[in-house]
Amino acid sequence: MQEALLEVKQLKKHFPIQGGVLKQQVGTVKAVDGVTFTLHKGETFGLVGESGCGKSTTGRMLMRLLEPSEGEVLFDGKEMTTLNKKDLRHLRKDIQMVFQDPFASLNPRHTVEKIIEEPLIVHQLGNKAERKKRVRELLEIVGLSAYHAKRYPHQFSGGQRQRIGIARALAVNPKLIIADEPVSALDVSIQAQVLNLLEDLQKELGLTYLFIAHDLGVVRHISDRVGVMYLGRIVEMADSEKLYLDSKHPYTQALLSAVPVPDPEYGKDRIILTGDVPSPSNPPSGCPFHTRCPKAMDVCSSVVPEFREIEPGHHTACHLYEEDLV
Amino acid sequence: MEQPVLKVSGLETHFFTDDGEIPAVDSVDFYVNKGEVLGIVGESGSGKSVTSLSIMQLIQAPGKVVGGEITYKGENLISKSEKEMRKIRGNEIGMIFQEPMTSLNPVFRIGNQLIEGIRIHKKWNKKKAWEHAVSILKLVGLPRAEELMNEYPHQLSGGMRQRVMIAMAMACEPEVLIADEPTTALDVTIQAQILELMKKLNKETNTSIIMITHDLGVVAEICDRIAVMYSGKIVEQGKTQDIFQHPKHPYTIGLIESVPDVRVRKDRLYSIPGNVPKPGSIQKGCHFAPRCNFAFDKCYEENPTLLDAGPAQQARCWLHEDAKKAAVLERVKS
Repeated sequence: MQEALLEVKQLKKHFPIQGGVLKQQVGTVKAVDGVTFTLHKGETFGLVGESGCGKSTTGRMLMRLLEPSEGEVLFDGKEMTTLNKKDLRHLRKDIQMVFQDPFASLNPRHTVEKIIEEPLIVHQLGNKAERKKRVRELLEIVGLSAYHAKRYPHQFSGGQRQRIGIARALAVNPKLIIADEPVSALDVSIQAQVLNLLEDLQKELGLTYLFIAHDLGVVRHISDRVGVMYLGRIVEMADSEKLYLDSKHPYTQALLSAVPVPDPEYGKDRIILTGDVPSPSNPPSGCPFHTRCPKAMDVCSSVVPEFREIEPGHHTACHLYEEDLV
Repeated sequence: MEQPVLKVSGLETHFFTDDGEIPAVDSVDFYVNKGEVLGIVGESGSGKSVTSLSIMQLIQAPGKVVGGEITYKGENLISKSEKEMRKIRGNEIGMIFQEPMTSLNPVFRIGNQLIEGIRIHKKWNKKKAWEHAVSILKLVGLPRAEELMNEYPHQLSGGMRQRVMIAMAMACEPEVLIADEPTTALDVTIQAQILELMKKLNKETNTSIIMITHDLGVVAEICDRIAVMYSGKIVEQGKTQDIFQHPKHPYTIGLIESVPDVRVRKDRLYSIPGNVPKPGSIQKGCHFAPRCNFAFDKCYEENPTLLDAGPAQQARCWLHEDAKKAAVLERVKS
C-alpha cells in the first residue's frame, strides 16, 4: 500500500453572494462542493475539468491561500485547516505552488536571483553565501544558467519564465508541488520542454505533484491518477490509463470525445454535449450533470449520486453504475 | 483547374519599431478555393494573425503591408481605398476573432450589433434586416433567437457569444470567412460544438474558410489543406492528411511529435530545443536552423525556398533538394 502524503476529505468552498443595499447574503456559489481524494508519495495526481469546475479553488485551498468552508486536509497526517499562521508557514515549506501565468507570477522589479532567493529568506534557510549558491544550483537544475541570476523576468521568454517559477518552488525542497495550469500559457514546442522538465525533477527529487489543467492530453501524459471535476465535484477518479481507456462517467466520456485529435484519419463517434455548464450559484438538483447528460434517467434529476468505488481504484459518481453493486 | 477565391502572393507586412524594421510576415503565398477550409498553423509570433489582418487591410501603425498582392475575385485588395475595403469587409470577407468577450460591444444589444452590418451592406430596412438576423442566429444553433436579439453580450456565455460572432460574420453571406483562433478561449466541450457548427456552415453555404490556429487537433478536425508558419514564413504546405502522415519539414515533425495525445501515452514527449526566435533576429540562413537537428552548413548560409516534397506538398527545407537527404526525415518519423 502506498503511503499517503495528502488526504483531502469532503472539502468545500462556498462563496457568499451579497446583494441589496444592506449587503445581505442572497445566495452561495458552491465553487467546491465536497471533494475527496488522496495523494500518494511520489505520484502525480491530475485534476481536470472545464473552466469554473472548481479545480483551481481546490488547489488554492490546499495551500490555504483560500480558507476552506468545510472539510479536512491532512498533510503527512497533520490536520492543516486548523493550523495557526506560524505553523502554517512551516508547513508551506513542504507545499509549494507553480502558477499558470509566467508573466504575472514573477515580480518584474526583482532580479531572478531575488525571486528564487525569497522563499529561502522567508524560511530562514542558509546564510547569504549559501543562498546565492543555492540559487545558481536551482537555475542549473531547471535548465537555465547561473549567469541568468542577475537578469530581470522581462528578459526571458514564456517557457524560461515558467522554469524560473519552478526553480522558486523547488528552492525550499518541498515534498508536494501544486501546479495550477503550468503549461497552458505556453506554445506546444515549449510546453513539451516544461513537461519533460517536471517529469525529470520528479524522478530526481522524489516529488509529488498535484497537476491542475484543462488540457486532457497534457494530463494523460503526466499523471498517474486523474480526477475529473464538474461543478465543484469530482465525478470520476481512476488510474490515468484506466480513465482514458475505459471511462465510466458520461461526462468524462463526452469530455474525452470532444478533444480534437491531431490526426485527420482518426474517425470517431463524437459525443457533442448541448448547452453550457450550469452556474455554480444555481446548480441543478440531483446529479449536477443531468441537464447535459445523454444518458440521464429520471432518478438523476432528484437524487445526488454517491461517489463510490465501482472497480478497484476506479471511483465515479453516477447512477448508471449503481445496480452493479447490488 | 479550380479558381482560387482568394490568393495571397508575396505578402510582406513589416513593423516599423524603434528597434528597426521587423518583417512579421515575409513573402507569404497561399490560396483558398471555393468551399475549401485552409488552416494556417503556427506558434505565437509566427505571423499567422498578422497575415489575416493584412488580408482585411486592418494592419495598424507601426505595421504596414509593404509588398505583395492579395487577389480576391481578380482584384488586388492592397490597392483598394479604405472606402472600397469597407464594402468588402464583412460583406465579401467575414472575420471571427479570438476573444468573444472583447469583440462584441458591451453597451449595445445583440440585435443592434447584428443588423448594423446587414443594413450597411445589403441596404435593407430595419425590419427585413432584423428578420434576417434572427434567421442567422437560428442557423448557428442558438436557442430563443428572438429573445437573444434584445439581450446584451454579458448575458450570454462564452460559447454563445462566439456563436453570435460567427452569426455576425456570416450575416452577409461572405465568400471567405477568416477565423482567427475562434475556439481558443473556449472549453473543449464548447469547442467541439463550435467546430461542428463551422463544418456545417462550410458544407451548407459553401463558404471558404481560413482557419488560423495554434492547435493541431483543431486543424486535423476541420481543414482540407494546411500551411504551417514559422517566424513569418510558410515552412510547409499541403493536404491535411499528407502533412500529418508525412510531415516534410523538421519543424512540422517536431510540432506534431510534441503534442501530448489523449489516445496514447508517449513515454517521453519530443521537444524542440530552444525558443521561437524574435522576428527579425535571424538575418542569414534558415530561421529554424538553430533549433533543427538536421541542420547542415547550407542551412546557416542561405534561406531555403519552398521546395517540392511530395505530389502536392512543399517544404522550406534544404533537405528536399536531394531525395537522399530527405530520406533522413522518413527514418526519424518511424
